[in-house]
Amino acid sequence: MRLRRAAAVNAARLAAAVSRASGRGGTALPGLVATAMDPDIIAALASQLPVGSVIVAGTNGKTTTSRMLAAIVTSAGMKPVRNESGSNLARGLAASLVRRAGPTGNLARADRAVGLFETDEAALPAVIRSVRPRILVLLNLFRDQLDRYGEVATIAGLWKGALQELTGATIVANADDPLVAHLVQTTEAPHIFFGIQSAPESLSGLPHAADVKACPNCGAPIDFSVTFVGHLGHYICRTCGFSRPAPQVAAEDVRLNGVDGSLFAITDSDERISVALPLPGLYNVYNATAAAAAACALGIRLCEVRAGLENVTPAFGRMERLEIDGRHVYLALAKNPTGLNEVLRTIESVEQPLFLLPMLNDNIADGRDVSWIWDADVEMLRGRVASATFSGTRAADMALRFKYAGVTAPAGSALWSIEPDPEHALRSALSATPRGERLFVLPTYTALLQMRGVLTRCGLARPYWEE
Amino acid sequence: MRLSLVHLYPALLNLYGDRGNIITLKQRCAWRGIELDVIEIGLGQDFPVSEPDLVFMGGDQDREQEIVIDDLRRRHGDRLRHSIQNGTPVLAVCGSYQLLQEYYKPAAGRELHGLGIIPAHTVHPGPGVPRCVGNIVIRWPLGTVVGFENHGGRTFLDAGVQPLGTVASGFGNNGDDGTEGARVHNLFGTYIHGSLLPKNPAFADLLLSLALARRYAGATLQPLDDTLERRAHDAAVSRAR
Repeated sequence: MRLRRAAAVNAARLAAAVSRASGRGGTALPGLVATAMDPDIIAALASQLPVGSVIVAGTNGKTTTSRMLAAIVTSAGMKPVRNESGSNLARGLAASLVRRAGPTGNLARADRAVGLFETDEAALPAVIRSVRPRILVLLNLFRDQLDRYGEVATIAGLWKGALQELTGATIVANADDPLVAHLVQTTEAPHIFFGIQSAPESLSGLPHAADVKACPNCGAPIDFSVTFVGHLGHYICRTCGFSRPAPQVAAEDVRLNGVDGSLFAITDSDERISVALPLPGLYNVYNATAAAAAACALGIRLCEVRAGLENVTPAFGRMERLEIDGRHVYLALAKNPTGLNEVLRTIESVEQPLFLLPMLNDNIADGRDVSWIWDADVEMLRGRVASATFSGTRAADMALRFKYAGVTAPAGSALWSIEPDPEHALRSALSATPRGERLFVLPTYTALLQMRGVLTRCGLARPYWEE
Repeated sequence: MRLSLVHLYPALLNLYGDRGNIITLKQRCAWRGIELDVIEIGLGQDFPVSEPDLVFMGGDQDREQEIVIDDLRRRHGDRLRHSIQNGTPVLAVCGSYQLLQEYYKPAAGRELHGLGIIPAHTVHPGPGVPRCVGNIVIRWPLGTVVGFENHGGRTFLDAGVQPLGTVASGFGNNGDDGTEGARVHNLFGTYIHGSLLPKNPAFADLLLSLALARRYAGATLQPLDDTLERRAHDAAVSRAR
């Protein structure tokens, strides 16, 4: 066993070195090699982490929440071990552990090392079995990639089975998501709920893209008194009485500050902290509150949480800002209806006319089905867009979505174009954006990787695997 | 000019960007100076008293399908059957295409009896059999229709029932006999979403011209600039190969 693990670790490290030298990053290959040679490698190495592991799951916000939690545990003196490059399947996880292992096949001894692993919705059961987490964070369940993952109810069913496999773990769950709250309340595992108490940007009623309309307990229509993001909000079922559990860790007094960030308070039973979060949007308030609750579950006090949250920088492509030729370029991943809606709500709060580069791909990792763009509320951009360059394999589909939303080029403008190739699209979008203005690039997942490739080739960004 | 569209169960039957079909019909009317009133009918609400010019029903999850079927049969079954026999254009996508057939036999659980307006039935071959998922292109009298399909059930048309078109790429009704969808009078049932109408403007205009001709004798649709629509159509067709 020990020999096989050592061989697996060394082969994987070699694969990583070769892959890196050839400039391909290689976040998945070493993990693939390691798991092929030793199928139990994740379990063996994860069990050596002295603080244990945190798994972060959910449709939207996994990467940012893990990043926030990493910042918090670091400022509390722990050492995070993360699968940080967004390769959030089992092999990415194996790669992140192998990187810290020595030639004997064991993890280098590090005091207070803690695993922070984000995982794909569908991979959660397998990851729970191998990692045996100390804490499981359940952020939300939104509709995403129906062709791969199936309907939201399918994922909820899969998670329900996965939660039965937890032994001695604490669940940190979103009280504001009826599906997640219901799942957690049907398990025996100890749990901490987090949520948003009050925010000025709340919506009354459900947005079109809401994915939960029926009570997860009895199937009757569920009442929302307020929603913050998609179907996340305050709810009650008038038929069976199922309602939002009171969160132990809660955000309140939220003030959003455009694309620059937000101010809010986080409370638990003992403390109240004020946070100036440098990441924008209510969705990041959820992510920050989730990270704070997970930190509490690790025994970190709220007063230590603040420093971590205030120093966090955007994750790869999550409203990440670059300066290019005097333009402020923002990369904002938008891969499902709720994700796109939240990005649009955030950029729509910018006062000036908007310069946009939406990128719609239909590769397997994006979901082959692009019908989700019709469930996003592009209509909110009416009269606000000065220029738009559409890119990606399905650029024309996105252009059509804008056309039918009534978001059209200003009269006589030539600043509206379709450039399927990412590099041409970036050039064209930059030339349509005056110096000093912001250009918002809104890519799906593989389009984000392509755009990062273009920026890296032009020397404008570091390769994502060096972050 | 003014037309009305009944959208049945918009909250429950909306899985695959079905709203895109409504947005498309509404905008293609607006660009021609036609006002399209969209009347949303949810669970427990009755069909409007006056005859609508168009009816749309979208796709759903299995759970919603069970919630919808009783309400649909009890409140709207007779009116819908009557409207369709009179030639009202109706578009039913995916789950609602199945609801309008004779019956749906799920992978597990009881057989679901549909409205029986489309002489056809659907059988789910079991959880172990792959779903029909992917881009789809069909040929029909107006050229090609392109979109995306994602269904577990296999649909079989009774002898003599007219399919919507023949499959050029993809699965269609059952992945076997080359048919996709069904047409009964002016009811169009199909598995194609994506959304269906934005990229297939000829389909959208067929529905609108059928509706217009019934309401305003002799009225015709003005042509629109569909350059972008054609480009999206062609891009989707090339991705389907």
